[in-house]
Amino acid sequence: MTELDFATVLERWPLFVDGAWVTIRLALVATLCGFVIGTLCAAGRRSRHAVLSRVCGGYVELIRNTPLLVQIFLVYFGLSSLGLKLPAFTVAVIALAVNAGAYATEIMRAGFDSVNRSQLEAAECLGLSRLQVYWHVVLFPAMERVYPALTSQFVLLMLASSICSQISVEELTAVANHVQSDTYRPFETFLVIGAGYIVLSLLMRLGFWGLGALLFPRRRRLGTAL
Amino acid sequence: MLQTAFNANHLLFLLQGAMWTLVLSLIAFIGGGLAAFLVALARVSPSRTVRTATGLWVQLVQGSPLLVIMFLAYFGLPTLGIKVSALLAAGASLTVYVSAYLGEIWRAAIQAVPRPQWEAAECLALSKAQRMFKVVLPQAIRLATPPTVGFMVQIVKNTSLASVVGFVELARSGQIINNSIFEPFIVYLVIAAIYFAICYPLSVWSRRLEDRRAGPSRAAATSPSSHEPLLSQS
Repeated sequence: MTELDFATVLERWPLFVDGAWVTIRLALVATLCGFVIGTLCAAGRRSRHAVLSRVCGGYVELIRNTPLLVQIFLVYFGLSSLGLKLPAFTVAVIALAVNAGAYATEIMRAGFDSVNRSQLEAAECLGLSRLQVYWHVVLFPAMERVYPALTSQFVLLMLASSICSQISVEELTAVANHVQSDTYRPFETFLVIGAGYIVLSLLMRLGFWGLGALLFPRRRRLGTAL
Repeated sequence: MLQTAFNANHLLFLLQGAMWTLVLSLIAFIGGGLAAFLVALARVSPSRTVRTATGLWVQLVQGSPLLVIMFLAYFGLPTLGIKVSALLAAGASLTVYVSAYLGEIWRAAIQAVPRPQWEAAECLALSKAQRMFKVVLPQAIRLATPPTVGFMVQIVKNTSLASVVGFVELARSGQIINNSIFEPFIVYLVIAAIYFAICYPLSVWSRRLEDRRAGPSRAAATSPSSHEPLLSQS
């Protein structure tokens, strides 16, 4: 039985900061790409073209029913067997974005479904163009309604990015693995980065809350979505 | 070089790994389910201290990645003098993980039982335990079943993380095969297919249950496909 000793672990704090920065970058880029993919696929699933709708549906089911770890390995080895030599960070972003996209698709679809038909008819009567209708009447109100679910999903994505340590992306968990093999203090090391992840997820929630207040002023005033 | 291509022996080895994936999922579901039940009850407890303490537990677990919890159990506990096998470490970490997420799902189900039901039970002079077990829980279980089945998919998928602490389940047996024949693309495709074969029926089942609960009116009103819980971890 040894005593807990955080000092030897914490004196390597610059490494942890570097790792956390990689985690943040991973999470941000994957969130953005995942959101775009999700929105496009949600629109695709609701499209009148049966093929497009099927393809988007198949993508969602395939991703949601297989583990992220296997997806990451598939992208990592799949791309390299195609002769594409990409840096591990890029591979990780691709895998995370594809994964997040599937979950975002389901959430955005629920949002699109919640837009009432009569709203569309009203918008058409007001002479808005198709693009305007899509932007002001469909996309934003839908996003406003599913915003909490969407943000929780992206926080989970940030946590899941720890799996990227398995393809040697130097994010927080990978750093912890180096530190613990250097210091022989695994318990303290993983407690430290556990706390680090909790802080990151709180920061992310705070960021999303601020972004929400900025994007949806109506929600801020009413205290609830429409 | 004895083996150069993916063959039936490899597939057999993978299926053996898949069996361990199922065993680990079952351990996580049963152990985690019991813990989640306690968490759910504690989260609706009349005592503020109990509610806050379990709320903190949920926040802690939901705020840190399962991978880190697994490393903490597998590499951390032995340095404190507690010996753990890979199976024990993986099972315990998954139990902790499931207790927080499933606990919140079940708490929501308990709280979704209409208020008048609680009040009526009280008016009938049922004790607190009787009210919980005879009136609230039977209704909550019906509400909780579809998301619980949906969450089983997450459990199965997350057992793949046990591979990083060396437990030989499906993902790990794939890595072992890949190390000997180096055909990563095929090997991981087969693994993904096996995971899909386990998870997809669960997803479909969860959706069916959800549709049945929602009744024909809602099922017809919205589009025919899924109403899965929006929150789920990759």
